[in-house]
This record gives sequence, structure tokens and C-alpha cells, in this order.
Amino acid sequence: MARGLVSFFKRIILLREISSLVMLLAVVLVFFAISPLFLSWENVAVILEIIPELGIVALGVTMLMISGEFDLSVGSTFAFCPIIMTMFVVWGFSPLLSVIIALLIAMLLGALNGFITLFFGIPSFITTLGAMLIWRGAVLLITGGWPPPFPTEMYTGILVGRVGFLRASIFWYGAIAILLWFILERTDFGNWMFATGGNQVAARAMGIDTQRVKFINFMLCALLAGFAGLIQSFRLATTLPSMGTGLEMDAIAATVIGGTALSGGVGTVIGTVIGAFLIRVIDNGLVIIRAPSYWFRVFIGIAIILAVILNSFVRERAKKLRC
Amino acid sequence: MGENRYLVEMVNIHKWFAGVCALRGVNFAVGYGEIVGLVGDNGAGKSTLIKILSGFYPPDEGKIFFEGEEKRFSSPREARKLGIETIYQEAAMVPKMSIMRNIFMGRELLRFRMGPAGYLDIPRMEEESMMALQGVDLKLRSPHALVDELSGGQRQGVAIARAMYFKSKLVILDEPTNNLSVKESQRVLEFIRELKRQNISSIFISHNLYHVYPVADRIVILSHGEKIGDFRKEETSIEEITRLMVLP
Repeated sequence: MARGLVSFFKRIILLREISSLVMLLAVVLVFFAISPLFLSWENVAVILEIIPELGIVALGVTMLMISGEFDLSVGSTFAFCPIIMTMFVVWGFSPLLSVIIALLIAMLLGALNGFITLFFGIPSFITTLGAMLIWRGAVLLITGGWPPPFPTEMYTGILVGRVGFLRASIFWYGAIAILLWFILERTDFGNWMFATGGNQVAARAMGIDTQRVKFINFMLCALLAGFAGLIQSFRLATTLPSMGTGLEMDAIAATVIGGTALSGGVGTVIGTVIGAFLIRVIDNGLVIIRAPSYWFRVFIGIAIILAVILNSFVRERAKKLRC
Repeated sequence: MGENRYLVEMVNIHKWFAGVCALRGVNFAVGYGEIVGLVGDNGAGKSTLIKILSGFYPPDEGKIFFEGEEKRFSSPREARKLGIETIYQEAAMVPKMSIMRNIFMGRELLRFRMGPAGYLDIPRMEEESMMALQGVDLKLRSPHALVDELSGGQRQGVAIARAMYFKSKLVILDEPTNNLSVKESQRVLEFIRELKRQNISSIFISHNLYHVYPVADRIVILSHGEKIGDFRKEETSIEEITRLMVLP
């Protein structure tokens, strides 16, 4: 009996997403205890409205990190994509075509990150740190620091229209998460991603084109960042040049809290979804309980460190439990 | 030359690296179902010879015959396609992946393809990986256990099971008993004997003669890029080989 209990306990602890899930539940309970308003329909709707933007970016960062690379430029891509879209509309292109062009250009930014990193063999941390500054600078240069007028002819319903008390964006987020989960866990390409990030030498020796795997994920990551940027600009009906500043840190935080290893080869989609929820719940909860918003960074910092401790230290201990 | 006595035959192989001669005129052959021990001190040219055979780089001079036909490999992938599987201790497995995913890494079983990605046939991969492990008499509880949790000897067993499953004709083992306990090393030697029972040829590279000698049919000694000995086991003794290996 006791043994069965230990075994059950061990199985639970070894689930990679468990530490983030426990933290999320704890945070939700604390906020709810302080202010019951936190779990009112109105507030839940607000949380679900802001989550997809961070959540989608974090999913791209997760896929790339599992393959063994970083992207620090997602925040800048997030701002760059809507600006491009607006520019093309101003130049007389149809809204739909402008959106497609903007997404293609976001992918191109990812391809550039991938090409520079892989061709010159430099760390993606450096490449994308540079790219982060370059594209943020480009956004400011293009706009002169002022938001261009948001095209009124743009049909925003498809991304952020109301569906009951929700917005369409949460369904896009759900669909993307399911698709990425499927690719990662159920396709050969997903297996190549884990292998590439987990032991690139072994993966290559088994005939996996690790450069191609990474390149595709650089593009995917940038595409998702650009798409999330479009969602935010549609929701706010504006294209601020400062959009997505610091977003790369929140996205990496969500990824790491969700159990993805910084060194690659390990990670899950569901973990990152929980991580993104945790960050946005803390963000929103602090407002609801009227704490100074400065606490936000403090709590996220604690959450990151705690999650990694739980994921590595506690897991190692749990593995050694006899059962 | 090139008649079908040998599975693989390397003739007069030369290799230079930045002006340094790594191999000079080495002849090396492996028969069908034969275990060849390749021994020599560090820097003798063992790994250079093996990397040429497994397609990592071409020889600067010399020819390679496989099943009687001359071959040129331009990548490890090509060598693998012919049935030459090389197992490097550190580079054979991805520790954080399951046994099943490791066995089928790069050669996944699919239900169907959709563009760039294929839908994994997980039930079949589970079944086949357990069968592959039974082939080397390796009893592991689940195909979903992480390779990280296996001992060094068990990992070698999984790698050998993988080579057998994919019908390799020649398995090259690079220092398979390095850093293993005595008991674990014995298990690895047993895996190598299993290869022979299935008529799969193998090359066993080691600087530990006491591991190579009991299982090998033939022992080849390299020193300073040259072959200095090639004996059937019956014709030689550990003492003689040791004497040759330590020659200056």
C-alpha cells in the first residue's frame, strides 16, 4: 500500500509539466483567496484575451529551443510584422495580401537568423541578439517613433473577433498548440527535433539533416512571433513601434517554466502553455489585488528559478526513490 | 582482387591531415560473419581507418570494395545504406530520448506521409523495438524508458540491437568497452558474439587487448599509420600481440 503510494507519487513528480502546473494552481488559489473577483467571468475573459499573444510566441521559442537554438529577436519580429502589414495596406495592397506578405517577411527574418547562425557556425544567442536590435531599430526608423494609422479597411474579426465572451485569438492559440504538439510528439520531424537538440552528433550520424531541422524551426519561430504581433495589433487596432519590447524574456520564461531545457532536446508543448498562463495570471492577478505592478518581474523571476529547481533537483531525487 | 571472399576490403589506403600522414598503404579486410579486432596505441590510425570506412571522409589514395564491388562513400548516410553501421560510444544515443525513439531515430516507421512530416506508427515501433531488444537478449521493462536511465553496457546493447534490426552487414564498434565495469564489458562481448551467430561481420576497435582477444577471429594491429600485424587468433598469442603493440 505504502509502496503503491510512493510509486504513484513518483510517477506524478516525474511528469515534466507538473511543477509548472502546481505553481499555476497555487497562484490562482492565492489570487482567488485575496480577491474572489479574480475568477469572475469578466476577469477570466480578460486573461484569455491577453494570453494568446505571449502564448503563441512562447510556443515558437519552445520548438526552436528543443532543437537546440535560441531566438531573442521574437519581440522585434512581433513589432516588425504588423508595421510591414500596415505599410503594404497604405501602399494600396489588399488587407489579406498585406497580411500574407507580412507573415512571409517574418519567416524571412527567421530564415536570416537561421542562415547566419548555421552557415557561420556562431551561437544563435549572438545572432538573434543582433537581430533583436536591428529589427527594433528598423521599426523605429520606418515609423519615426510614431504609430502609423491603423488601416480602417482591415478586417480584424478573423483573429480577434468576439465569440461569446471570448475572442477568436484563443482558438487560434489552441489550434496552433494542438498542431505543434502533434508535430513534436507524433511525427518523424518531431523525433528529429528532439534528436537534434539532444545530441546533434548522434542525430547526424544517424542520417538526420540537423541543419535543416534547425533552419525550419528558426522560420517557424519567427512566423509565430509575427503572427502573434498581428493578433496584438488587431486587438489594439494600432501598430505601436514599442510593441513586444521585453517579450522575448517572457517567452523564454514561459518556455523554461514549462520544463523545456535551455540546452535543448527536452520540452513539451503543454508545459509552455502552462508557463504562458502562469505569467499572464501573475500579471493580471497583481492588478486585480491592486498590488504595485512592480511585483510582476519579481514573481516571474521567482517562478523561473523555482520551476527549474523543481524540474532538475526534485526530479533527480524522485528518480532515486525505490519502488 | 575483388572476388567475393571478403565482405569488405580496403586496399592500399593512404590519408594525410595537413601534411601529417595518418595512414600509409593500409590493407584491411573483413570476411563474412567474421569478428576482426582492430588494435593499436592511441594515434595509430584506428579511428582514421574506421572513419574512412564509415563514410566520414574519403581516402586520399586507395580503394574500398564492398561485397566485391568498388565503392566510394561521400557521407555516413551512404555507408549506412550499404549496411555499414558504426557505433560510437558517445555518439550512438540521445540520452534524453526513449529507447524506442533512439532505435528508430532517422528511420522512423510511418503510417503515412503528409508533406515534410510523416505520422509515426507508434504501436508498431513499440512492438518492433521490444523484439529488437530480445534479439540481443536485453530485457528492458519498457520501450519508453529513457536511454539516460540505462547502464553503459545496456546502451551498447540497444545500439547493437538497432544495427541488427536494420539488417546491417557490418557493425563497427568504436571502443565499446571503454569506461565499463568488468561485468558490463562481458555483456558487451556477449552482444558481439550474438552478431556473429547471426552471420553479421563486425570490427571491434579497442586498445584493451584483453577484451578483443577472447571474441575476435582475427586481430589486426596498427602502429603509426601502418599495419604491422594481421593474425588469425589461432596463429598468435596475447603476448606476441602485446609485444608488437608496444614496439616504438
